[in-house]
Amino acid sequence: MTILYAALCLGALGLVFGLVLTFASKKFHVEVDERVEQVKACTGQANCGACGYAGCEAFAQAVVEGKAKPNGCAPAGAEGARKIGEIMGVAVETGERNVARVLCNGVKGVAKETSRYDGYRSCVVAADIAGGPKACRFSCIGLGDCMDHCAFNAISMVDGVAHINADLCTACGACVNACPRSVIKLMPISQKVIVRCRNSDMARVARESCMRACIGCGRCKKECKYDAIVVENGFARIDPEKCTRCGECAKVCPCNCITVE
Amino acid sequence: MKVSFRGGVHPAHHSKRPTQHLPVEAFVSDTVRIIMSMHIGAPSTPCVKKGDLVKVGQVIGEPVGALGIPVHASVSGEVIAVEKIPYLGAQPVECVTIRNDFADTWVELNPLGNVESVDPALIVPAIKNAGICGMGGASFPTHIKLSPREGQQCETILVNGAECETHLTADHRLMLENSDRIVDGVRAAMRAVNAKEGIIAIEDNKPDAIKAMIKACHGRENVRVQVMRTKYPQGGEKQLIEACTGKQVPSGKLPLDVGVVVLNVGTCAAIADAVIDGKPLIERITTVTGGVRNPANLLLRIGTITEDVIGHCGGFAVTPGKVCFGGAMTGLCLPNISIPMAKSTNGIVVYSEEEAASVEEDACIRCGKCVSVCPIGLNPFEIKLAADKDDMEKAKSLNVMDCVLCGCCSFECPARRWLTASFKMAKQKIAAQAKAKGGK
Repeated sequence: MTILYAALCLGALGLVFGLVLTFASKKFHVEVDERVEQVKACTGQANCGACGYAGCEAFAQAVVEGKAKPNGCAPAGAEGARKIGEIMGVAVETGERNVARVLCNGVKGVAKETSRYDGYRSCVVAADIAGGPKACRFSCIGLGDCMDHCAFNAISMVDGVAHINADLCTACGACVNACPRSVIKLMPISQKVIVRCRNSDMARVARESCMRACIGCGRCKKECKYDAIVVENGFARIDPEKCTRCGECAKVCPCNCITVE
Repeated sequence: MKVSFRGGVHPAHHSKRPTQHLPVEAFVSDTVRIIMSMHIGAPSTPCVKKGDLVKVGQVIGEPVGALGIPVHASVSGEVIAVEKIPYLGAQPVECVTIRNDFADTWVELNPLGNVESVDPALIVPAIKNAGICGMGGASFPTHIKLSPREGQQCETILVNGAECETHLTADHRLMLENSDRIVDGVRAAMRAVNAKEGIIAIEDNKPDAIKAMIKACHGRENVRVQVMRTKYPQGGEKQLIEACTGKQVPSGKLPLDVGVVVLNVGTCAAIADAVIDGKPLIERITTVTGGVRNPANLLLRIGTITEDVIGHCGGFAVTPGKVCFGGAMTGLCLPNISIPMAKSTNGIVVYSEEEAASVEEDACIRCGKCVSVCPIGLNPFEIKLAADKDDMEKAKSLNVMDCVLCGCCSFECPARRWLTASFKMAKQKIAAQAKAKGGK
């Protein structure tokens, strides 16, 4: 009998609360634009902050309110931007997908190390101590600040230099901001021919510090039939607009600092 | 009465033993490399070129900007290179290399005479022209310290003879061997800013220096010696002010805001040289100790190369793991021993490989030792958690910017957590963010 009373009491309580809640949810209903949820579902959902908003929710809200552009979410890519455009009923211009590239090729044994660093594992700290553990002051330090900031697990450390998996990279730019040496740059994914060095020191100094340093010799520039290479500040730079990805420059580079993906 | 501050630690007293009784000896090498950014502020511009002949005391670097001070040749001879070399910071610095002809020909000097009779208005320009910056380690230009802004009045010149760092005995020897010069320098600084009082603060582990300084102060106007309890970081600017005057420098303010200017004993002696003899700052006392055969207190010309100094001291006695400028707590590690010493290099300390090895950090056990030793009163363990998570907003709200990077927390932590290193990183990141915001 006691058990019956208890069950009845609890059941009655449940019913009353249920009714109150139902009433409250009808009475105090807040109108939410369902598009916010839909837009949010199309974003990268990593809260990486690349769009400049506090998170994916805030970005979706901004898109629906017309404050942000539908293609503002880098991790969503062209496909995501198109879907968001559909939800919002606007046509979306999407350029080519970008990807982050590491402009340093100074792996272990190639780049000269001046000292052994075994302090706090952060590139920011290491870079500030006597110019960092590598002789080249433009090099990837390799302690993984970018890796820690990557929300998509696209970065790994290979032989003391960051390596970015282009398939996983969403070009959110978190690594670009985290790097104290500015070794990481965003580039169109089709740009497969890359000068992996930005050492602007004199050729002699650059060569002393790393076997794969660009010495600004200009051989690649001479070889390029499309006038796509400029040598500035002591290192070569490829113009992605003019480059045809033929890869001839990589073949003549005496320092092997141009790579073809 | 012995005074002190809240918090602090007692690191390796024994490290001072090898050099504290050794008199200062001069050492002049055949080549000096003088860097252009020995002070805080914009680097000076070299005004000599390769092949020029220079005299001792000749200006070889012109000051740039408001904080700029000139750089002088410390030996006479021929300039053999003007180039950029890697130094202790992130960026390479301009450096003038001079081959010494050992003739020691001086430029013409303009002495101002006795510190008690000189026109006070001439003292600060003389200090600037002598290229004097803080010789205790921070290298802040001294003439700026002695130029109070509108509405500020310097009441007290506080002279830092604490030398609380491990290993270093340079200031100790200076106080013993050149006490009168220090008092002259204090008087010059006091007259320059019209200060009422000069206090020379010395830790009680240097009784001979205390005695010598009391003797030197005898008969001088308003200068006295204050004995302090031995504790690190007693020689930190803000700790020293708190211990000696009872005043606290508010967060983000400078000592002048509470009417105090802190000068190192070495800086005071340099001021006296600049005023009485018109001599620029071209040499300083540096303690060379640790893993060298013959530890010594050396009077070195600015720009002497570390390798030459270590060679003069008999070479390495151990397999070197690390060579640092400064003591164990705040010393800066050298990338190689071809680096020259600068105006603020108070010590060259060699550590063996075992001493230099880092220890893996463990988990925080919430013992609170870091909190009890922090001289600023911060919560290091909490800041560390925020810094490790890259939460700079949180770190900032926990006042990481007030951290003086003294290293007490890291020294005391039983889990050997890298507290100070992470605070240094946080401070850098926050400063970089502020700069980026200001730039936009």
